[in-house]
Amino acid sequence: MTEPDIHEVTLTVNGKTYCESVEARWSLADFLRHKLGLTGTHLGCEHGVCGACTVLLDGHSVRGCLTLAVQANGCAVETVEGLAPSETELNPLQQAFWDNHGLQCGFCTPGILMTLTEFLRDNSDPSESEVREALSGNICRCTGYQGIVDAALAAAAAMRQSD
Amino acid sequence: MSTHLVGQRIKRLEDPDLLSGRGQFVDDLQIPHLLHAAFLRSPLAHARIRSIDTSAAAGMPGVHAVWTATDLPAVMHGRRMLLQVPNPAIRHPITQEPLATDEVNFVGEAVAVVVADSRHLAEDACERIHVDYEALPVSADCESALKPGAGMAHAGIDGNIAAQFTLDFGDIESAFRNAAHVIQDRYFQHRGTANPMEGRGVVAAFDPISNHFTVWSATQSPFVIRRCLVDMFQVEESAIRVVAPKDVGGGFGPKGMYYPEEVVVPALARELGRPIKWIEDRREHFLSTTQERDQIWDVSIAVDADGKILGLRGRLAHDAGAYLPWGIITPYISTTTIAGPYIVPAFKFDTTVIFTNKPPTTPLRGAGRPQAVFAMERTMDLVADTLGIDRAEIRRRNLIPADAMPYKMGLIFRDGAPVIYDSGDYPKCQSMAMDAAGYDGFSARQEAARKQGRYIGIGIANAVEGTGLGPFEGATIKIAPSGRVVLQTGAAPQGQAHHTTLAQLCAQELNVPIERVDIVTGDTNAVSLGVGTFASRIAVNAGSSVRLASQTVRGKLFKLAAAVLQVGEEDLEMEDGDIRITGEQGDSVSFSDLAKMMNGVPGFKLPDGIEAGLEATSYFQPSQAAYANGCHVAEVEVDTETGAVAILRYIVAHDCGNLINPMIVDGQVQGGVAHGIGNALLEQLHFDGDANPLTTTFAEYLLPTAELVPNVKILHLESPTPNNPLGVKGAGEGGTLPAAAVIAAAIEDALSPFQIRFRDAPILPHQIMAALSNSADRP
Repeated sequence: MTEPDIHEVTLTVNGKTYCESVEARWSLADFLRHKLGLTGTHLGCEHGVCGACTVLLDGHSVRGCLTLAVQANGCAVETVEGLAPSETELNPLQQAFWDNHGLQCGFCTPGILMTLTEFLRDNSDPSESEVREALSGNICRCTGYQGIVDAALAAAAAMRQSD
Repeated sequence: MSTHLVGQRIKRLEDPDLLSGRGQFVDDLQIPHLLHAAFLRSPLAHARIRSIDTSAAAGMPGVHAVWTATDLPAVMHGRRMLLQVPNPAIRHPITQEPLATDEVNFVGEAVAVVVADSRHLAEDACERIHVDYEALPVSADCESALKPGAGMAHAGIDGNIAAQFTLDFGDIESAFRNAAHVIQDRYFQHRGTANPMEGRGVVAAFDPISNHFTVWSATQSPFVIRRCLVDMFQVEESAIRVVAPKDVGGGFGPKGMYYPEEVVVPALARELGRPIKWIEDRREHFLSTTQERDQIWDVSIAVDADGKILGLRGRLAHDAGAYLPWGIITPYISTTTIAGPYIVPAFKFDTTVIFTNKPPTTPLRGAGRPQAVFAMERTMDLVADTLGIDRAEIRRRNLIPADAMPYKMGLIFRDGAPVIYDSGDYPKCQSMAMDAAGYDGFSARQEAARKQGRYIGIGIANAVEGTGLGPFEGATIKIAPSGRVVLQTGAAPQGQAHHTTLAQLCAQELNVPIERVDIVTGDTNAVSLGVGTFASRIAVNAGSSVRLASQTVRGKLFKLAAAVLQVGEEDLEMEDGDIRITGEQGDSVSFSDLAKMMNGVPGFKLPDGIEAGLEATSYFQPSQAAYANGCHVAEVEVDTETGAVAILRYIVAHDCGNLINPMIVDGQVQGGVAHGIGNALLEQLHFDGDANPLTTTFAEYLLPTAELVPNVKILHLESPTPNNPLGVKGAGEGGTLPAAAVIAAAIEDALSPFQIRFRDAPILPHQIMAALSNSADRP
């Protein structure tokens, strides 16, 4: 048995700075969930397909299960917990999901919200087929996607109006 | 009553927390001093365990326990998991052991468990356990399992037949003797998995002061687990509390079962005096969670010259996998579903349930019905094609007319009651779907597309589904001293919005805003009895109980208010948590006042004629299943260069009786269709000849994505059932039932120039290409 390979990491998550020690083999998703207590990010497959663990690393979507916590050293991480402006409010994307029945069990939802957060930053006026392509790396077993697609289009429209 | 909540598209109460990362799934529970479990699983489909050496694993730093079967509590020795749904047709009622003692019967069966400071360490230690296996012959699939010389799925049992039964009615011999046409074929739907995005998971804690277990499980059925634990530990029900956390990430059937991990983890928690967590990973889900479909149907149909059905007969071979945790419920439902919405005067099916060395099969969204619908609807297409009659027309001629309701089909359903379709208008449902799809104009569209070199096709399929099975699901409604309404039920949600739907029913009866209702679901301590969330049964059972209990509490509130305000009940009205004298200003009493009063003043009596407690519990018991139905029409395009299938349009005309929340019902139908599309075009568990699973990741087993699943156009016909006070029927599974059949039909129609017939699902691109290249008329 070799000794655990422990590293210090410093990173920001949703604007807050954390300095923690972590084993080299820990995924970023496990680190967020079990070291920082940010359990909003979910693990669905742990092999990079389902997209439930999607978070933003320096603004770009990554699989939290395929990214090691040590790789996030010095980076800015955004997770579902950071989306809403306050504890009692939702941002336009979250609100659109509520309005359009964009979730059922809600397990895949955090990853989908983060995927769409990045997508809508890059494309403020997407077509339905562009939304569907953007969502193709996130699996939802409950909804059949209709509510998610409707929510993404509604959120894009709402965000364009408020700009 | 001014509050009109039932029937409205009310936004879900569940959503704000889930959208903000504040969900409470089982792996999110923060419990101090937690340890982590990992299971070692069999790498062989069938083997004898000669010996297990755990010493290296047990000596690793951070490891707290390594258990094999012999380390389980003595009370469990020789005890298998409880078979909760016995049936006299079962020859060998074999269920799984919590940990395998001397024989393993499928790849993934739990053999040993490690508890360590972290899951990482527990998995490291699993790798250090040495198991000496002796490989045994394998029963690899339900077709070869019955052939001479086949390997036996269980050593010591002669033959792989787990159960056998025949269901029949009418004069089947004469029906076939007098038929103008007898048409037969064989159909196969392959194994799939539920694959909810959250896998299974268990956290258990033991309180040595009260000798009390608390078990949190990502389950559909806390009461089913409690029943199993009571049996395994031989303790009273009061010693075990099972809780489905507020959020469970999808279920679809298999989470309604009970599993070895749910027994072993509590046993370890008691022994080690520490709470313990086990979270299923995706590979474990593919290996150890129950699966479904895998049925071979031989169907023979007798029709007259006009295509009217005279008789239906055949054989069903159902692959049970290695064990019967849910008895023979699935094949029984299959057999009683195949006649569907059609008038079938004579019927005979022989069903054989076969052991194989694969994970057990138990109900998975549709519960045996999608296979039956696939077999019947493909049969109807074959009748139409053989007789040269349109596929919709052959169905129309055979559909049970609305004026024949209630219609006694002739069989006994799995709830023990005769199959009586209670309500519905099947011909109208079909014509609604056809109109919305532009069915009659399709041949012109098809012709135009063919001129452009595009192959488009249309399919149509019907289904009837027995929903809302009993025996009951309870609900308690009470008024808290704060004046808020408390709704408690054992029913456990996994995304179906029980909180919203049940709160709508309760708030309407008590005329309060829906936000005034606090809801507890999925807790065996919430009500004394419960069953579980499966069989599309919660709206019917728990929903009806919520309404009945709410009505009782409403009556109590009025009675008490009348006594307090010294007027007759007829002079009172209830609104927004107050009861006031009609037409007068000021004179009123609040729910809060009444609830505090009913808590009692020590030593003083309650008003005359008033029963203690502003609460009521109801266990609504349906007399029989409520039969929902639907008609699906799909239009697809097949790429003859690649075999890829695109779904261009998908229409569902659905009748699940009254709708409590149409938004939520639509979501269930759309999601159900998506699951059926997976069954039609993607999802197949592959095994090699020794029953080794070959599909254990999402890269090998594909699920439907946003690019495949179209927006479904959903139409509702609302034929209320007389079988419950809400007039509702289940809606969670209907979307799945005809999907594979309708897509197979549409593909076949698209490729009709090539005379190809599809008898299996899923239909994968390489199969389409193979069929095209074998076709004499190939492109």
